[in-house]
Amino acid sequence: MKLPALKTPAKDITEISRRELLRSGAALATVALAPGVTLMAFGGTPAAAAPADPGRRWGLLIDVNRCASDCDACVRACSEENGWKLDGNPETDAQWIRKVDLKDRETGREVSLPVMCQHCENPPCVDVCPTGASMKRADGIVLVDKHVCIGCRYCMMACPFKARSFIHEPLEGQKSHAPRGKGTVESCTLCVHRVDEGGTPACVEACGRTGNGAMIFGDLNDPESEISRRLADYPSITLREDMRLNPGVHYSNL
Amino acid sequence: MAKTVYQELKPTARFWIPGLLIGAFLIAAAWAVYQAEHYGHIVTGMNNQVVWGLPHVFAIFLIVAASGALNVASIASVFGRAAYKPMARLSALLAIALLAGGLAVLVLDLGRPDRLIVAMTKYNFRSIFAWNIYLYTGFFAVVGAYLFVQMARGMHEKWVRRVGIVAFLWRLALTTGTGSIFGWLVARPGYDAAIMAPLFIAMSFSFGLAVFLLVQQLLFALAGRPVGAGLIHRLGRLLGIFVALVLYFTAIQHLTALYAAEHADIERFILREGGIYTALFWGGQVLIGGLLPLVLVFHPAAAARPAATLLAAGLVIIGGFAQLYVIVIAGQAFPLESFPGYEVSSSFFDGVVAHYSPSLVELALGLGGIALALTITALGAIVLRILPQELSDSALDPTATAASSNAA
Repeated sequence: MKLPALKTPAKDITEISRRELLRSGAALATVALAPGVTLMAFGGTPAAAAPADPGRRWGLLIDVNRCASDCDACVRACSEENGWKLDGNPETDAQWIRKVDLKDRETGREVSLPVMCQHCENPPCVDVCPTGASMKRADGIVLVDKHVCIGCRYCMMACPFKARSFIHEPLEGQKSHAPRGKGTVESCTLCVHRVDEGGTPACVEACGRTGNGAMIFGDLNDPESEISRRLADYPSITLREDMRLNPGVHYSNL
Repeated sequence: MAKTVYQELKPTARFWIPGLLIGAFLIAAAWAVYQAEHYGHIVTGMNNQVVWGLPHVFAIFLIVAASGALNVASIASVFGRAAYKPMARLSALLAIALLAGGLAVLVLDLGRPDRLIVAMTKYNFRSIFAWNIYLYTGFFAVVGAYLFVQMARGMHEKWVRRVGIVAFLWRLALTTGTGSIFGWLVARPGYDAAIMAPLFIAMSFSFGLAVFLLVQQLLFALAGRPVGAGLIHRLGRLLGIFVALVLYFTAIQHLTALYAAEHADIERFILREGGIYTALFWGGQVLIGGLLPLVLVFHPAAAARPAATLLAAGLVIIGGFAQLYVIVIAGQAFPLESFPGYEVSSSFFDGVVAHYSPSLVELALGLGGIALALTITALGAIVLRILPQELSDSALDPTATAASSNAA
């Protein structure tokens, strides 16, 4: 980090203006405090504090045939990991991920699958957000900046997947890695705090532990990743393909 | 035509009852805001399915009516109809007041109204919402300037016309922006239609003029100043044209949707099987807000009586609320089609019509917006020379009165 005041050539000390003095003071304070503060804010390690990698596109592949209709391990894991829960008010409680049961109207085939934020390449929620609180990271993860969200809910009107929830009541017991706030909108973060540490989302881990292994997480831009190889070898779809949002979440056998 | 003399509204004993009533609504709205801020939106009927509720119906009505209330001034200075000129100041003041009332409701319903400064400093210009923030604040500035040039001593008439044209174009842009909040929502079958913008412009003409007619009548009654029957009759016929325009755009909106098989479900929901929404559409919007006012302003026997025209204006307002309720709430209550071709169920109300019943908190906030608009209008008329001393037909334009009597 460069110190602004030190960029200018050496000057007589008496010539330093009050503004320059304040700037250099602020810069020194930043040098002294910033590493700790930014690391705290972004998860505690240099890896987490690094900017998102534009070369990656994180995504999920969900094999609907492997997803058991009576299993909600992914939902419980997400709830545990991120600190949201169904609290007796199903209409207003947040749901970052939910199990949806489908029955084909023509054939009668029944399937069950998890639905969460689809982390679109062209997310309508980001387009409509007046303040830019809804945003897409360089690596494709769609997030809400809780400090900039004014709680207008226009993103919830715009999302074709009902992926977002508005916080209707005061909250307690939040997780430090998943800050939430009454009066703001939230949704699946793809466990960005884990991903930035090189980990996988909690839902994917939990699904693997059940033995179903219906969910795969990985880099869609890396042709050697497991998710890319599976997508290349087997047919899959994304939800509402007609809208051309290019979601990062893919479903196979749907 | 005699020179129009404008005079401040003198607060008299007649103001006590309406003043106390409006004060009570403002206090109720303050209570509602406190409830929502303290306990969160759990005290409203809104939920994660119907995220915009009754406050938005009120806010959008007021915002749409605001641009429409400017009609009378536009007719005078943009389209050169001198007979409307005496009412132009009230028209501009009412436009500002209605927009302030609507925006107050919209802002106070935000999850974080304390972050208004964020909304004013951080913009995403891909969002029509962000554009609307400029359109709304710009409307205050443009209409404020319009009022100023109308009232400034010695101001040349050409400036009134020029600023009037800017204000007229701005109000068209503003209502286009408001309609596009819904028209550009591609995800929901009830919205996603370019016709929303012209529909909202037609609605603004209609709702705005209806509100203007009633507020003008109220203020002149309070002031004890006369309003000519010929004037009300003329404004009533104009209202009739706007009401017909709204019905026309509504018909085109639904006929176009009915033609596409993919929209059959939402149309069946609105027009036939939507319960309260179907009742509000046919009974509220079409019958009370459309056909009845048309009869009242165009049937010779009814139209001759000012009371019938004022009743028509009241019905247009009721119908307007019904229409916005159907657009805002029914559009969200109808389930999103994330999985075309499938029957869908989940713990998050996928595939089912969402439940919404507005709470008292929402009603109090919405009515507070109306009370605020009326307060600003009344205060403006008290401190500024807004209202002409009289609006009797002879004072306005004796020849126009004769012509309209013959027409009737």
